[in-house]
Amino acid sequence: MAELVATLASTHHPFYLRATTMPPEEQIPQAPEWKRKVELYRETLSAAKPDILVMVGSDHFHQIFLDNCPQFLIGKAERYDATFYNEEREFGIPKYVLEGDMDMSRYMHQHLMDQGFDFAFSNELKIDHSIICPIITVRPDNDLPVVPIYTNIFAPPLPSPKRFYDLGRAIRKAIDDYPSDKRVAAIGTGHLSLELGGPRQFMETGPDPEFDRQAIEWLRAGDVEAILANVTHETMAKSGNATHGFLNFILMLGVAGPEQADYVDNLDLFHTMEAYITWYPKAQAEEKAA
Amino acid sequence: MSKYYVNKFLYQTDANPEHLQRYAEDPKNFVATWEQSIGPKLIGNDVEASTVHGFTEEERRALVEHDFVALFEMGAHFFLNLTIFIGIYDEPYMKENGPLAFQREFAQKLQGWTGRDYPSVET
Repeated sequence: MAELVATLASTHHPFYLRATTMPPEEQIPQAPEWKRKVELYRETLSAAKPDILVMVGSDHFHQIFLDNCPQFLIGKAERYDATFYNEEREFGIPKYVLEGDMDMSRYMHQHLMDQGFDFAFSNELKIDHSIICPIITVRPDNDLPVVPIYTNIFAPPLPSPKRFYDLGRAIRKAIDDYPSDKRVAAIGTGHLSLELGGPRQFMETGPDPEFDRQAIEWLRAGDVEAILANVTHETMAKSGNATHGFLNFILMLGVAGPEQADYVDNLDLFHTMEAYITWYPKAQAEEKAA
Repeated sequence: MSKYYVNKFLYQTDANPEHLQRYAEDPKNFVATWEQSIGPKLIGNDVEASTVHGFTEEERRALVEHDFVALFEMGAHFFLNLTIFIGIYDEPYMKENGPLAFQREFAQKLQGWTGRDYPSVET
């Protein structure tokens, strides 16, 4: 059976690449610290020596639109192009091609269906910054095959926080049951409190720093009960109109299980809080200690 | 009222550099062209068209005038409403007033919504 070797959850920030590669005299003051924190986070993936990446993201109305909008979708393709014209324009993110893993995509699709998650699928998925940002930050050589999973965090009505957690649990089971000796890392991105296209956008901090601090502590503790007791679509909307990206953090906690995180870091940027969290499977940690 | 159709306009126009330029330079003509020959086509299908959506007068006016405040208040999707106008205004605002000048003006014009429930973006 395949082995889950690490679960990573972070915010995705499309300005990272441009912010840290422009001439130093033009960089924002936080750029060196940002780069340092991202490189430390990257090491938490490198240390796990993965063979395949299961990547959870969300299309930002680049390929998926309101004429045919799935709640959950899995990519099933040999390769995935990445980066749309308006992302190159706005964020300076270059084009990429990611290798897929059809065998694992097929297996996961069927397994998730068997577990009651009726996924949409795509044989021609083009990936946007929700998945390219973590490639840039934690796997910049883009040298591993990926199985992309998209969730709807954008077009209401959205699935419930509990449904996202349960989907994470189902993805974990599919990874554990995958008949392969491959080492799998699960990587997901979303948001903490965030506002886009509203009155609280691009302030000095994210729109709800108190939620951000609390959310990071819940994830650090693996306290899914507290998350599900306190986080609803309504509370997320009060913390910022794009805060529903936190649903992908809940999903990743489902992949990890309700366990304490092994690595937690954050960075307060000019309009959002960045968070970088890694869990290693606890059974594996005990084996290492033995 | 068709939030879906407003969003379709924002989505399709922002994704097409030639159309975005035409919308930036001559919005009245571009919105009319879009209504007549682009909007009705099913997405991803050059042959089939839909007859079921159209703009209200207020939606048409807001699109022609690049009135992102009115679009927000009508429940246009916040991401589409922001990114298309970043595509048009970010660069000239940056030259004039530095990074994020347009984004901050956008927020400033919506200050009356602070602390209130925003219009729903559900379609």
